[in-house]
This record gives sequence, C-alpha cells and structure tokens, in this order.
Amino acid sequence: MLRSIRAKIDNGQPLTRKEALRLLTEADLLTLGRLSDGIRRRLHPDNLVTFVVDRNVNYTNICESQCKFCAFYRDVGAADAYLLAEEEIFRKIEELVAVGGTQLLMQGGLHPQLGIDWFERLFREIKRRFPQVQNHSLSPAEVTQIARLSGLAIAETVRRLHEAGLDSVPGGGAEILVDRVRQEISPKKIGWEGWATVMREAAGQGMPTTATMMFGSTEEPADIVEHLCRVRELQADGGTFTAFIPWTYQPGNTELGGKTASGVEYLKVLALSRIVLDNIPNIQASWVTQGAKMAQVALFFGANDLGGTMLEENVVAAAGCTFRMSKEEMVELIRGAGFRAAQRTTLYRIIREF
Amino acid sequence: MISLASIGEKVQSGLRISDAEALFLFDTPDLLAIGELAASANERKNGKRVFFNVNRHINYTNICVNRCVFCAFSKTPAEPGAYAYDLGDIRERAMEAASQGATEIHIVGGLHPDLPFDFYLEMLRTVKAVSPALHVKAFTAVEIDYLARISGLPVVETLARLKEAGLGSLPGGGAEILGTEVRSKLCPEKISGERWLAVMEEVHEAGLKSNATMLYGHLESYADRVDHMRRLRELQDKTGGFQVFIPLAFQPENTPLKLAKKGGTTGVDDLKTLAIARIYLDNFANIKAYWVMLGEKIAQVSLTFGVNDLDGTVVEEKIGHDAGADSPQAMTREDIALLIGKAGRIPVERDTLYNELRVY
Repeated sequence: MLRSIRAKIDNGQPLTRKEALRLLTEADLLTLGRLSDGIRRRLHPDNLVTFVVDRNVNYTNICESQCKFCAFYRDVGAADAYLLAEEEIFRKIEELVAVGGTQLLMQGGLHPQLGIDWFERLFREIKRRFPQVQNHSLSPAEVTQIARLSGLAIAETVRRLHEAGLDSVPGGGAEILVDRVRQEISPKKIGWEGWATVMREAAGQGMPTTATMMFGSTEEPADIVEHLCRVRELQADGGTFTAFIPWTYQPGNTELGGKTASGVEYLKVLALSRIVLDNIPNIQASWVTQGAKMAQVALFFGANDLGGTMLEENVVAAAGCTFRMSKEEMVELIRGAGFRAAQRTTLYRIIREF
Repeated sequence: MISLASIGEKVQSGLRISDAEALFLFDTPDLLAIGELAASANERKNGKRVFFNVNRHINYTNICVNRCVFCAFSKTPAEPGAYAYDLGDIRERAMEAASQGATEIHIVGGLHPDLPFDFYLEMLRTVKAVSPALHVKAFTAVEIDYLARISGLPVVETLARLKEAGLGSLPGGGAEILGTEVRSKLCPEKISGERWLAVMEEVHEAGLKSNATMLYGHLESYADRVDHMRRLRELQDKTGGFQVFIPLAFQPENTPLKLAKKGGTTGVDDLKTLAIARIYLDNFANIKAYWVMLGEKIAQVSLTFGVNDLDGTVVEEKIGHDAGADSPQAMTREDIALLIGKAGRIPVERDTLYNELRVY
C-alpha cells in the first residue's frame, strides 16, 4: 500500500482518508520526511525559508469559552483578568513598527461585552495610525462571538470588520475540527462547522486566511486525518488559506493536564500536513511550541516557513512553554539548515533576503 | 569522486567509510539522506531495539584544578558554590538510587586539589557496600591520569586498585575534541588527546570497558570531529574496549566560552553528528543520545537517525544543567520507554555492560 500511496503523491493525486491514516500510523518517520520534503521542494523550488516579523497582542484574557486545554483565559471577575486600553494597544503596535514588523495578530478571549462597535472603532483607528501594518486578527470563534453579541449574521460581521480594517483572518481556535474531540476539550466553543462557516465567508469576501491545528490532547490519529481532509476540502471549495500551522497542545497550568506530543509525533503530523494539504502553499513550523532545534529539523519534514518572530506571545507562555527567538536567530537557524532566509509579509511577499 | 550514492553503496555493503567521505556527509545539506544511511547502518546492527539504562549520576565535587573554557561546573575551593561530598553524602545517594531501582552509579567530578587517593577507593567501596549489585561506572580518563599522579602509582596499578575497590567500568568523558589545536584552546590544562587515548588503552587492557564521548559545537571544525572519531575508531580496532560513542552537544550558558560563541548546537547539527557517527564508527556497537543536553525531542528524533541508546533516567545531573541545559532533571523508566515506543522502536532496559534486563 505504501508503494501505491507513494505513486499517488508523485502524481499529485489527493490521498484518501484511509491512505493518510495509514501513513500517519504505519510509515517510518524518515519515509514521511522524504514524501513531505519532495512536495515541499516541488512547491518551493527556490530553497527559501521565510518568516514574518510580527507581534501578538492579546487584547483581553477574559473568555467565556473556558477551554480545558487553555492556561490563558480568565473569568470576568478574576483578579488578573484584563482588557487592554486602546492607547496600550497602539503603543504595542508602535513598538512593532519600530523593529520593522509588518503583522499585527490581535487575539483575545470571547469577551462577554465587546460587540462589533468596539472592534470597528479600534480597527479603524489602527488602520489610520498604522496603514503599513497588516491587521491579521481575531479567529472564527471571536468573529462568531462578535456576531452573536451584536445580533448580526456572520456575513455581515465579516463585511463590517473587513471594512473597518481587518485585512486577514488567522485560523486559530481550529483545535481539532471534529466535534467529538471539541466536546471533550472545548465544549463551549463553536463546532467545526462554525469554524468553517467563518472561513468560507472570509474567503468569499476576498480575505486571506490561515488554518491551524492543535494536536496531542485527546484526539485519535483518525481525528487528525479528518481535520486535515476537512481543511483540504474547504481550500478546494474556494478557500483562501495561505498557510497551515500545526502545533502541539501544551499541558502546563491547564484543566486538561497530561503530556505534550513527542518530537517524533510532531514531525510525523507536520509531514502528513504537507502531504495531505498540497493545495495550501505554505506549512509553518511551530518554534513556539517545539523550540529552535525542532523548528530547524522541521524544515526537512514539510515546513517552509517559521511563522512569526512574535515580539510578544502570551497564550503558549501561560502553559509553561516559553521559547524566544530574535530575527537574527531565525536567520542563523535557517542558514544553518542549508536554506536561504527571507523576511516576508503576511501574504508571503518577500521583503528582504538575508 | 565521492557522492551520496557512492557512500550509500559502501554503507549498504557494510564497508568502512573514509575520513573524506565523513567530511562530505558533514558538508551535505541533505539531512534526510544522512538519516537514511545511518538508519540502515543501525538497523543492521540493532534492529528496532533501543537501549536505556536506569542510573544515577553523582558529581562528587565541582572543585577542579583545571579551568576548561567550555565548563560551567568547575569552581576553585574558595569560590561560592564550591562543594565536595563526603562518604556519607555518597552513601545517601547510592541508597536512594538503589531504592529507585537504579542498576548503575555514574561517578565523575572535578580534579580536586586535596582529596587523597584513598578517598576515591573508599567512595567505590561505599557504593558497593550499599549494594554489591550496583555497577559503578566511574572516573574519566582525565581523572584516572590525575589519580595515578596523586597516588604515585602507574596507571595500570591505579586501575587495579580501583577495580579491586569496586570500579566496574569507565565513562567516556574528558575526550572533548582530541586534536591538539582545538584542545589547547578549549582545555589547555587538561591531559592531551594522545594521553586520553593512552589511558583508555590501558583501561581496556585491564579488562575494563569504557565509553567514548565528543564535545562538539564550540571551536572545532567538521574536520576536527572526523579526526576525533578516526582516533577512536583506530583504538577500537586495537582494543575493542569501547562500548558506546556519545556525542555531547556543547551547552554555552554560564561558560567562559559563551563570550566567544552564542547559541549552542542546532537541531540539524545534532542529528547530523549522531548520524555520521553511526555511519563512520562501524566498529562501535552503540551510539548514544544524551537527552540531558539534546533535549527530549531531538533525542527521540535521533532514534531514526542511527541512535540506539538513550542515556537513562539521570537523577541529579549537574554539569550539563549548570551550563544551561533546559531538560528536566530526570525521566522515569516509564517516561523513557514511552518516548522510545512513540518513536516506533522497542525499549530495552540494559545494564552498564549492555546486557538486556527487560524488554518493554
């Protein structure tokens, strides 16, 4: 069967769910590496590895979703619950611009009071003050929350946010796009259809998007395959995913607890992502959850991008995982693996080669 | 003309690769190809089995007359934080290890200016008195040379006394980089590479097995690494006394050398070095990944890059951690067996001499 799977991959034919599952559970790590590396080099023949200079701004940690895998959220009344003032947000963006950053990734919790007016005003002001910054913010769960609080349809919510200055929608909160798993780890969050609805709408309105996957919690290998196939199908059906970003559940300080996925499991899932999602151009390595060493090795297991330098990151750090990386370190890391390093925009335009 | 294909043919037919071919591999960017060669060389020797060993490290003192620039552990006697265990401390640690089911005590320390030779003999006897079943793997070639000097005995006699007191085998530390040029910058006061090899030869002749290490990722070139491995391969041809080769990734934090070089080794370099060691050292049965310095993730991934041995459940490891290693202090048997199992390999607990104790 491995031989027929290999033949399909060589011919650029999509794998069935059964074939993908077989690869994930039976193929050797190096076999998966070879297959994914072949696709990655076909899609990116220029031997380039890219990254974006960005900042995460977590505008609030107040969240009604209370996901069991999350160490970041707080209930409204908690002593360390916060909502950033606008001026604070602008100051953070100024710092980003000062270091040559191009991407703002604003994400927060599902705040019970922040309706569309709050976001429209904020996004307009961000666009006015920082027209050069790509506002790559929110997630399908937040967009859905804003729609609900404001009594708007998803389509109208996306339209108004876009008009106010939201440039693209990151694919956070995807976790595992299988409702049985979501019931276990994030029962109050939108289901997989809800996630897909927002992404379809954003794509339909011409906004670029990304997709993520958080694995290593309670899912089975078949759930990972289902997730990948659903993302592939969304993309085939008019999707605008520029990148796919798999990362591992971090158990520190969470209700769910347990262990994180091992290094081999991470690389296998990453490689399978590259193989299954051959209709999405870029696969990002997650140095934030894997550390610099594994992120570098990931470049041989399907990844062609290292994501952001993340001037600020709070969510993964809350779960006890605190890797840090500068632009210089990133360039070194990429070169050390034998690739050319380049800084890109959110939409993968090359700004500068190193 | 050297190529990946020509090296591949040699590896497939079990032929030895040359220094130039090893260097070629270090220079090739194709990490997966190197991995595939190493995996096939390892598969032929060890199948899918991966060893681990339940041990406890005891670093009896951090006071050291040498000042190696890569070391964050050594202290002068007057420095804050300087310590030396007494026999009570040794006994306590050995008892704790025995109660946790350790089969090996790994003892190394600094070159202490005042401890008499008798102390070292007593240290070994103390551990053996706690449990005769505990295997004592102790003293690098550097310490053996030092003990011979402080005892005024020839190395062969020094070893005989230590063996009589309970020494079971020797770890492979202090090798660093054996070539003179790098070594004179890295650890000018330490015994030379030639001396390290000469002591190891006597160790093997005395009927004791030892390990061999290489500290990489600092001032050395790829050629220095290959030269280092060539010296080990030659001695191994002669004595057959090395059980395992252990490349150690340099940890720069808190070391004088950090000023000269930032960072540490990269993941790709770690995997390449382990894999090339597996390919080049055809007369070594085992290649070990020391997860304390590599981190658990890279150590696990290395099992598909030719590695067949994970350094075990290390309790109280100080040397790597003082230099900024951010791995946890210890893994349990279950942790390590799970790690190996998740890499698609069969976990096998071994004793120090690579006898199989239990298959998981």
